[in-house]
Amino acid sequence: MSLSRREFLKSSAAASAAAAIGMSVPSELEAAANTAEGGWRWDKAACRFCGTGCGIMMATKNGKIVAVKGDPAAPVNRGLNCIKGYFNAKIMYGADRLTQPLLRVDANGNFDKKGKFAPVSWKRAFDEMEVHIKKALKESGPEGVGVFASGQYTVMEGYAAQKMMKAGFRSNAIDPNARHCMASAVVGFYQTFGVDEPSGCYDDIELTDTVVAWGSNMAEMHPILWSRVTDRKLSDPERVKVVSIQTYTHRTSDLADIEIIFSPNTDMALWNYIAREIVYNHPEAIDWDFLKKHIVFAAGPVNIGYGMRRAGEKSLKDGKYSAKEMETINKEMSKVVSEKEAPALAPYGYKAGDTMKNTAGTLGHWEISFEEYKKSLEPYTLDYVAKISKGNPDESIESFKEKLQALADLYVEKNRKVVSFWTMGMNQHTRGTWTNTLSYNVHFMLNKQARPGSGAFSLTGQPSACGTAREVGTFTHRLPADMMVKNPKHRKIAEKKWMIPEGTLNGVGKQHIMKIHRDIEDGLIKFAWVNVCNPYQDSASATHWIKAAREMDNFIVTSDGYPGISAKVSDLILPSAMIYEKWGAYGNAERRTQHWRQQVLPVGDSMSDTWQWVELSKRFTVKDLWGAYAPSGPRKKALPSVIDKAKAMGYDEDTTMYEILFANKVAKAYKLDQNDPIQAGYDNSEGYGDSRNVVGSDGKVFKGYGFFIQKYLWEEYASFTRGHGHDLAPFNIYHKVRGLKWPVVDGKETGWRFNAKYDPYAAKATNNGETGEFAFYGTLAKALQSGTLTGKDKTSKKKGLPNKAKIFARPYMDPPEMPDAEYDTWLCTGRVLEHWHSGTMTMRVPELYRAVPEALCYMHPQDAKDKGLKQGGLCWVESRRGRVKARVETRGRNRPARGLVFVPWFDEKVFINKVCLDATCPMSKQTDYKKCAVKIYKA
Amino acid sequence: MSENRPETKKKKQPLSDRRKFILNMARGVGLATLGGFVWSAYVDEVTASQLLLRPPGAIKEDDFLRTCIKCGLCVEACPYDTLLLAKPGDNKPLGTPYFIPRDIPCYMCPDIPCVPVCPTGALDEASVTTDGKLDINIADMGLAVIDSESCIAFWGIQCDACYRACPILGEAITIEYSKNERTGKHAFLKPVVHSDACTGCGLCERACVTEKPAIFVLPREVAQGRAGDYYIKGWDKNDEKRLENASEIKTTTNISKKSAVDSLNDGLEDLY
Repeated sequence: MSLSRREFLKSSAAASAAAAIGMSVPSELEAAANTAEGGWRWDKAACRFCGTGCGIMMATKNGKIVAVKGDPAAPVNRGLNCIKGYFNAKIMYGADRLTQPLLRVDANGNFDKKGKFAPVSWKRAFDEMEVHIKKALKESGPEGVGVFASGQYTVMEGYAAQKMMKAGFRSNAIDPNARHCMASAVVGFYQTFGVDEPSGCYDDIELTDTVVAWGSNMAEMHPILWSRVTDRKLSDPERVKVVSIQTYTHRTSDLADIEIIFSPNTDMALWNYIAREIVYNHPEAIDWDFLKKHIVFAAGPVNIGYGMRRAGEKSLKDGKYSAKEMETINKEMSKVVSEKEAPALAPYGYKAGDTMKNTAGTLGHWEISFEEYKKSLEPYTLDYVAKISKGNPDESIESFKEKLQALADLYVEKNRKVVSFWTMGMNQHTRGTWTNTLSYNVHFMLNKQARPGSGAFSLTGQPSACGTAREVGTFTHRLPADMMVKNPKHRKIAEKKWMIPEGTLNGVGKQHIMKIHRDIEDGLIKFAWVNVCNPYQDSASATHWIKAAREMDNFIVTSDGYPGISAKVSDLILPSAMIYEKWGAYGNAERRTQHWRQQVLPVGDSMSDTWQWVELSKRFTVKDLWGAYAPSGPRKKALPSVIDKAKAMGYDEDTTMYEILFANKVAKAYKLDQNDPIQAGYDNSEGYGDSRNVVGSDGKVFKGYGFFIQKYLWEEYASFTRGHGHDLAPFNIYHKVRGLKWPVVDGKETGWRFNAKYDPYAAKATNNGETGEFAFYGTLAKALQSGTLTGKDKTSKKKGLPNKAKIFARPYMDPPEMPDAEYDTWLCTGRVLEHWHSGTMTMRVPELYRAVPEALCYMHPQDAKDKGLKQGGLCWVESRRGRVKARVETRGRNRPARGLVFVPWFDEKVFINKVCLDATCPMSKQTDYKKCAVKIYKA
Repeated sequence: MSENRPETKKKKQPLSDRRKFILNMARGVGLATLGGFVWSAYVDEVTASQLLLRPPGAIKEDDFLRTCIKCGLCVEACPYDTLLLAKPGDNKPLGTPYFIPRDIPCYMCPDIPCVPVCPTGALDEASVTTDGKLDINIADMGLAVIDSESCIAFWGIQCDACYRACPILGEAITIEYSKNERTGKHAFLKPVVHSDACTGCGLCERACVTEKPAIFVLPREVAQGRAGDYYIKGWDKNDEKRLENASEIKTTTNISKKSAVDSLNDGLEDLY
């Protein structure tokens, strides 16, 4: 029997639509559908894992995903995958997949914080959430309701979550795990360009002559990009140079012409050294024309602390931190300037032995002259930088100096294109924002930024850290498309678009992800919901947060596919549909947005995070949420009632958030339609319900919302982006292409931003290049007062800097915790190629589990010998905060120099975040997982 | 995981009961077969033994079978439970130690605890000693072999799990870079095993992510071919060493097995 393509579409659509709404299908038609689909169906999707954003094709057979292939049409990977991408077909089918809601209960089935998990209905789950959210709102106001959000949310679920949190609950206590992975890059972008995200794209790899990897093991963490770097190197081995700048030797150094092993945190000195080489020794390399047209110089305060807890915070007063922990935490308030950092701090008015009083981190900065900037670089002579930066005690200072010189020469060389890539090394850093801005300094002075083949390029760790966390704005301080909650104009725009009363949105957004943990420990946050992340495994100083979750009066909910540590410490667990069980979109590190359709029905009774948020919204009405709130937590002013305004808009006290935020008139215009080629033949569990007949939040079988909610969420979100330099294309377009790099203007994607030749916004700002080659048109912090390195001239007038970018003077400074006599070793943590993040998915893929079943403690053989440790034996890794046992590895893929150990964090059995310090960049609030002091001894 | 594997320690931790039972049974069989041993009765097993991977330091298989007294001390000394003793029905020479890398590879302990305990020299300490010190890196348990058709790195997948698992990566396994003309902008990163450095520990085989491993360890005798000594690589000075083994050449083929005179006098009628 043969079917035409048209007949195929018609019959499979009818069968699927019928199944979805529980209709019986004439058996003849059903048979035709099965035949038409043959053995399997291929459809495009994005890889679940890293920020590279490879395109894949999924094969579905009998309602299950059975195979995957690289998408030959995907520009990023052209049909290839890495070892994790290779296993995309297996990640949803682990034997212990969560299939129903689980609640901690006592013998009578009542909620009991100390009880054991037992299955409950979705209705019961939402009943409990409703009760505990109302309790939290009553006790702490909106600031008492928190969400651990994610850079692995689909765009739509991140948008739904942030809308319900900010517009519904009026709480800004939503912040993603992406805070831990690229917040420093974001603040670096904001400070430098006035707008987030990279100027370049992956095509830079094929166009460049030089790849410099700074604090990034690209070979393991971005393998497909690394294979492109490798290909570039192979195509012209003499011309193309690869430099690997790291704190220990790893796979990325394999390909390197130069490997530089530096002492943790001194990457700041290295960047300043290169800048000094340019300014003092190669002034001819500076493109003054470019600088004059497009750049201003700037400085800010240096005594900004380390993002740790500050004196006066409740848990410190309550004595929840040990004397040992306080040794480090006290540096948040004040520190003594060390001999090591003193020369770098001299231009800022400090000398060795001075006590530096720290204020809490600030984003403030002011304009300075080039002469002042030049003064800030003066200390970074080759001698000084080599002395403080050399990371391998067994390397000679001469050899190290030669490498630094060679590195600077590569940057400076005229007509040599250079791309600087970095990932966590520069971002997870107590001066992460500074280090990010230092990278642009060098590229700007040489006019090697925002040009094909040249630029400093932040690589993202997570698949949608850019697409969801950053662009949608699931951060405490952000609104969609680079808008800020603290900006009243931005709030107004969002309120209008969201059809909510003016004044609904809360203007104080300070509860970043570490603050959410700390606010739980301080008792402010009483309800927290974990979405698509594992904050109880992935946060440093983990013991504190777990104890707070388990032992204090609060209610923690985790939505997940698998039982990880976060699920385990929760009170309620919700089974979540995983990636290919729902419609979705991700945005990768080169601004490429990629959509996919729901491929299969979710396992068990699990439902998507979008559905969970929308169902929760049904439980809350105008009068529940939009009354007045007294000051609470970081918010020092009352939040006014907007109930009257809501009534004036036509809502009443009992109108639900569901009706306002999700099932409004606009939303319902997005029709479910099995004649629409995008939808035909595909499930939509939120739209139609599905054949599982899941009993939903009201105790009845969930029959669907009746409209195309994912498309609605996309289009509403996208409307924020259009016309503001973030332009996204219409929903349907993404289902026909292999992703597009925003801004998408007149149907065309943008390769290089800010460059008038490639970016329509820059073209517009420069009158098609007539007034300049570039326009750095970001708008944030684009009016500055002026001053010197030591401070702002308070009498100076603010000057606007339209279309300009900034070069910042920023010194090398020590991190707050460094090896000493007792804790004599640096600890660096990170990932391995085989496992994704906390391993909840990849540790359930047998092949990946077998390949790397446990996290090892990588160390130098001499260190092992000196500490009486044996290869393969067990050791304790202990800091002021806690200790874990790990197996000693002195060989293989990661080879630290003496004095440093590396322990990956994917393994919940080697729970290294109990050891790590929760110090952050005080500006970006991103945790520094790359350095703290430990001692290692035999277990 | 970390709790499962006993630690490397001088003082042996007690063996689990099950392991003790199996060990004792295997030893018993091994010892029982010692009396009046007739090797020809074990042809199957000896043939099978050509494919067995022996502990580090094991002497040549024929000699090993003669020298090993099946005492199981090496098995007991292994901190990773890598080594097994062949049991009846295994179709392997009874009571002799071997390992299956896909299950548990040799973790290449620097102090090689399994070798010095051998009472008979079946595991030869000298063969794993450099300058008076034990040196596991010169052990020769076998050689890893790659099936390039099932190895996904040869498809262009960024895998190299075997390379990263190799305790002497960069020596025993290296990565060969080549352009992937199919995509035009990616590179192949293909693993290459170097027989002069590979110890046959099998960590690569264990780590391989394909369903059946695409890299696997075979006894060196089985894994390797051998080029004759009558051709020396003109491009490799070191290759001349093979001349040391070179001996007089005499060849016979089907056509030359009769003497010249016999064949000249024979079969003339077939020519017309």
